[in-house]
Amino acid sequence: MIWHKETTLPKVDLVVLPGGFSYGDYLRCGAIAAKSPIMKAVKNFYEIGGFIIGICNGFQILTETKILPGALIPNTNQKFICKDQDLIVANNKTFFTSNFEHNKTISIPIAHHDGQYFLNGPEIEELEQNEGIVLKYRDNPNGSIKDIAGVCSKNKRVIGMMPHPERAVDKELGSVSGLRMFESVLSNF
Amino acid sequence: MTLNEKVFKFKVEVILKKGVLDPQGEAIKQSININNLGNILDVKQGKLFELTASSKNREQAIKEVETICADLLTNSVIEEFTYYEVSE
Repeated sequence: MIWHKETTLPKVDLVVLPGGFSYGDYLRCGAIAAKSPIMKAVKNFYEIGGFIIGICNGFQILTETKILPGALIPNTNQKFICKDQDLIVANNKTFFTSNFEHNKTISIPIAHHDGQYFLNGPEIEELEQNEGIVLKYRDNPNGSIKDIAGVCSKNKRVIGMMPHPERAVDKELGSVSGLRMFESVLSNF
Repeated sequence: MTLNEKVFKFKVEVILKKGVLDPQGEAIKQSININNLGNILDVKQGKLFELTASSKNREQAIKEVETICADLLTNSVIEEFTYYEVSE
């Protein structure tokens, strides 16, 4: 665990920005956290080709730092949505989804108020062409453009997703799809 | 603030860009129309910031305000800003 006021990362294989809330999510979700001292080091880590996963608030922080394209805005129904969600693996050629078949449906819970993915017309086409759309909602809960639930960077080494894979790691919790994602990471190192 | 600095005040308005869904604005519009408060075609909800800067001169203060707007107060993917100086 690395404190947000740190300015350097130790030698790591992977950086994970977890979900939750940061700085009250004032201004915009993740906007102030994106200016945390540690984020300069995370940006450098990205620039040298480091592997990064951002989950929920972590995804919002990655878009606010412009490491990932787009923005997360309030859900169209203006409600906090907390439920299991069917997702389609739109790109299985990433380190986080390689253990799934292309177009496979998996189940991972979401828990957010600001999960609507937005990106402008020409840029969304570019994202699609670069196979940047990693996960899609089967039944879009929040108004995300193109049903997007998760995206990756051009170099495929940074993944951001609104659903919480860490909450789907045990049959008792209803799904092990999240566990498969973390196993994908291990099989790629 | 040092002796050779002056205080400049600015108001910054941030609003969603065209084409970005504004569910809050939509809910407000519906409430206006349901309550017969007026015939409103569109509502956009934005943010207003008041910045009080301490700078050597106006040019320097404006430069800082522009940086703050672009770097922190707005996300250029979804929002745009305008600012203007106000008197004390």
